[in-house]
Amino acid sequence: MTEPSTLLVEMRGITKSFQGIKANDQVDLQLKRGEVLALLGENGAGKSTLMNVLSGIYLPDSGTIDIDGKRLSFGSPHDAIAAGIGMVHQHFMLVPSQTVWENMVLGLPELPQVLPKAKIISDIRDISQQYGLDVDPEAIIWQLSIGEQQRVEILKSLYRKAQVLILDEPTAVLTPQEAKNLFHTVKRMTKEGRGVIFISHKLDEVMEISDNVMVLRKGKLVGIVDTKGSSKEKIAEMMVGRRVNLELDKKDIVPGKIVLSLSQANALSDRGLKALNDVSLELREGQILGLAGVAGNGQTELCQVMAGLRKMTSGKLFLNEVEVTDLPPRKLIDSGVRYIPADRKGTGMVSNMDVRENSTLKRYWRSPVAKGMLIDWKAVLKHAMGIVKDFNVDTPSVETPVRNLSGGNIQKLMLGRELSDVPKVLIAMNPTWGLDVAATRFVREQLLEEREKGAAIFLISEDLDELLSLSDRMAVIYRGKIMGMIEDPNTFGIERIGMMMAGTRIEDAGGAI
Amino acid sequence: MEILIPILAAAVRSGTPILYATLGEIITEKSGVMNLGLEGLMLLGALSGFAVTSATGSPWLGVAAAFVVGAFFSLFHAIVCVSLGGNQVVSGLALTMLGTGVTAILGRNYVGQLISGFSRIPVPFLSDIPVIGPIFFNHDPLVYLSYGLVLFLCWFLWRTKSGLNLRAVGDNPRAADSLGLSVVAIRYVYTMIGGGIVAIGGAYLSVSYSHMWTEGMSAGRGWIAVALVIFAIWNPARAAFGSYLFGGVEACQLRIQAAGTNISAPILLMLPYILTITVLLVISIRKGKGILFGAPASLGTPFYREER
Repeated sequence: MTEPSTLLVEMRGITKSFQGIKANDQVDLQLKRGEVLALLGENGAGKSTLMNVLSGIYLPDSGTIDIDGKRLSFGSPHDAIAAGIGMVHQHFMLVPSQTVWENMVLGLPELPQVLPKAKIISDIRDISQQYGLDVDPEAIIWQLSIGEQQRVEILKSLYRKAQVLILDEPTAVLTPQEAKNLFHTVKRMTKEGRGVIFISHKLDEVMEISDNVMVLRKGKLVGIVDTKGSSKEKIAEMMVGRRVNLELDKKDIVPGKIVLSLSQANALSDRGLKALNDVSLELREGQILGLAGVAGNGQTELCQVMAGLRKMTSGKLFLNEVEVTDLPPRKLIDSGVRYIPADRKGTGMVSNMDVRENSTLKRYWRSPVAKGMLIDWKAVLKHAMGIVKDFNVDTPSVETPVRNLSGGNIQKLMLGRELSDVPKVLIAMNPTWGLDVAATRFVREQLLEEREKGAAIFLISEDLDELLSLSDRMAVIYRGKIMGMIEDPNTFGIERIGMMMAGTRIEDAGGAI
Repeated sequence: MEILIPILAAAVRSGTPILYATLGEIITEKSGVMNLGLEGLMLLGALSGFAVTSATGSPWLGVAAAFVVGAFFSLFHAIVCVSLGGNQVVSGLALTMLGTGVTAILGRNYVGQLISGFSRIPVPFLSDIPVIGPIFFNHDPLVYLSYGLVLFLCWFLWRTKSGLNLRAVGDNPRAADSLGLSVVAIRYVYTMIGGGIVAIGGAYLSVSYSHMWTEGMSAGRGWIAVALVIFAIWNPARAAFGSYLFGGVEACQLRIQAAGTNISAPILLMLPYILTITVLLVISIRKGKGILFGAPASLGTPFYREER
C-alpha cells in the first residue's frame, strides 16, 4: 500500500474555450491517493470539460497536468489511460453491439492480434469478484441494464489498471440500493490507494462519500472545502453564488375527477420488444402522479402511449370517459393533452427551425394562427414573444434556430408552448433533467401552478427527490410493469421505493400503507 | 442434378464480382463510412485491371493495379467524409459519376481488344468431389481468392483485435476515441482497403469473366452490392449467399435466352434486379427493424472529438 498523502493528480491553470466562451478558466485541481474528491457545480460550470481534459479527450488552451509526478501530454486519451486515468462518462462509452469482454479490451495495444478470449474472460471474472462488481463477461451490452452497464464501465477502468477513477454523475441512473453498492466499490478502491473524482448534483451523497468538495462556477474554481467541516447549505451557496431556497410551496388540493385513464396497456418498443405489460393508470384533475423507475423500463413508451404517439398492441385509453384509443395525436392535442418529452431536441423541438416556428408547432392549424390555408405570422410572432417574455427564455431573437439555445432555455420554450393553452392533461418526462438550480426551480413551480389550475399531471422522472417533492401519488415501473401504486409517497420510505424500482412488487416491499 | 450443376457453377462465377464489391463495402461501412461509389470503383477496377493485364500479360498484376486504383480513388472519399465531414451520399455519388466518366474516356482504345487473363484451374482433389467439386472448385484463381476473403473477413471481424477496433469505431466512435483509438486513421484505412476490394470485383469482370473491356460493363452490379450489404446484415458469409443468389438468377436468365424462348430479353435481363428487390423486401418485412440494428450505428455520420 502506498503512502496515503502522496499527490496523485495535479492540474494547474487549465483553460479551455469553446467558440470563445471559457468553459474552464485557470482551474487547479489536486487529488491525493485514497481520496474521494467531489466535483460540484451547476450545469455549464465546466465540470465535464475539466474531466474531459484530464482524460485526454479535450485539448486545453493552456495549463499542465501531472499524474504521479509525471507530466502528461495533452489531447490523447491513449496517454491518459496509460498514465492511469479511467473515466466513467455520464453517457457510457460502450459499444452496444459488442460483448462485455470485447468492450473491456477495446483499444488495448498490448494485446496480441488474435484475441485470447478465455484468458480475458477469466481475468475479468477475477476483477469483478475482487470488487464485488457482478457482471457476465459474455453478455452483449445492449441487453444489460443501465446499472450493469455502469459496472462494466468501472470494470473497464480497473482492467486498464486505472489509479484515478472519474465518475460523472454515477448515481443518476441507479436505484438507491445500486448506489449503495457503488459506494462500497468506491471505498474499496480508495482503500487500495486509488483516487476517485466524483461528480454529482445530489448533495446528500456528496456529504456521504467524499473527503473534499471542489466547487466550480462559470468555469472558475470557487473553492475547495473539507466535507466534514461543511454543510449542504454552504455547498449549495458556493455552487449558485447566493443563498438558495430549496423548498417548494405545494398547496393542498382536493383532486377532482379522472381525466385520462389507461387500462391494461401493452405496447412494443422501437426494437420490437415488449415495453409495456398490462399498465393501468388514472390521472385526476389537480393531482400529480409521479412515475419512478430506472431509465429504460418503459417510461418513454408509456408517455408516448398516453400522448397517442405510440400504438398499443392491446389496451384502452380514455379521455374524460370517452375512448380515444388509436386516435391521431392531434385529436388529443386539440382535447388539451400536452406532452413534454425527455428528448428535447429530437422529439420536443425541430432544432433547425427558429423559436417562432417551434412555438407554434401545436397550434398552427387553429385560429388565430391559421387563416384558412395560410399562417398568420403576425399572430405567431405575438405568441412567440409572449412565451419568451413569460417564461424568461434567453434567446438573441425569436428568429434564432432552437439548436443554438441552451438546454435550459429550450426547456423553458417548450414549457411555454405546452402550457400556453391551459392544458387539461400534462405529461412531463424528466422536465428538469440537465437544468441548473434556478431553471429547475422555475420548471417545478410551473408544474405546481398548473396543478392548482386543475391540470392532471403525469410526471416521469429519474430524480427520486423531485418525484417525492412534487407528486401526490406515485407509481413505480419495472420492465414495463407497474410494481404498485404508492398513495402517500413521502411516508412510504425511499428504501422501499428503491426495492420496487429493482423489481419487487409493492405487496412484497412491505405493502401499501 | 446434372442440369443444375452447370447453372450453379455459373452462379458462383457471375456472383463473384458482386461478392467482392459487397465485401469491400462491408469493410468500409463497418468503420462507419458509407461509400455509394461502388459502381464507379468497379469500372475503375475493370479498366485498370484490363489495361495492366494487357500491357504486362500478367492478370495478377492487373488485379493488384485495380486494388491500388480503387484504394486511391477511395482516398478522396475518405478525405471528404472523414476529414472534411462532408455528405457521404453526395461524395459517393460523385465517385460513381467520376468512375463512369473517366473509364469511358480512357477506355476507348481498349474497346474490342481481347486479353488472355485468368483461365480456369480446377483445384486438385477438391474438384473431384461430386456436386461440390464442379460447382465450387472448377473456376479461376480469383474465385478461389474470394472464398479465402470471405473466411478471412469472418475471422478478422470477430476474432482479432483489429477487427474488434474496426467494429467499435463504426458502432460507437466516441467510445473508441475515449479508449485511445484513432477514429480518423481507422476510417481512412478501411475506406481505402474496402474501395480496393470493390475494384477487384470490377477487375474480375474484365480480367476473368469476359477477358475484354466494354464501357459501363459493371452494369449496375455496384448498386446491387450496396443493397446486398444490407441484406447480408454486414456479415461476409451472408454476403456470399446473397451474391450467388443474384449470380444464379443471372446465369438462369442467360441460359433461358440462349435456349431461345419467346419471353422478351429485357424482361429476362430485369430478373436479377427484381429478385434482389423482392428478397430485400421480404427480409426487411420479416426482420422488421431488426435489420437496422445490425447496421454500424454511426454509419454515415462524421465524427468530431470536441463536438458538444
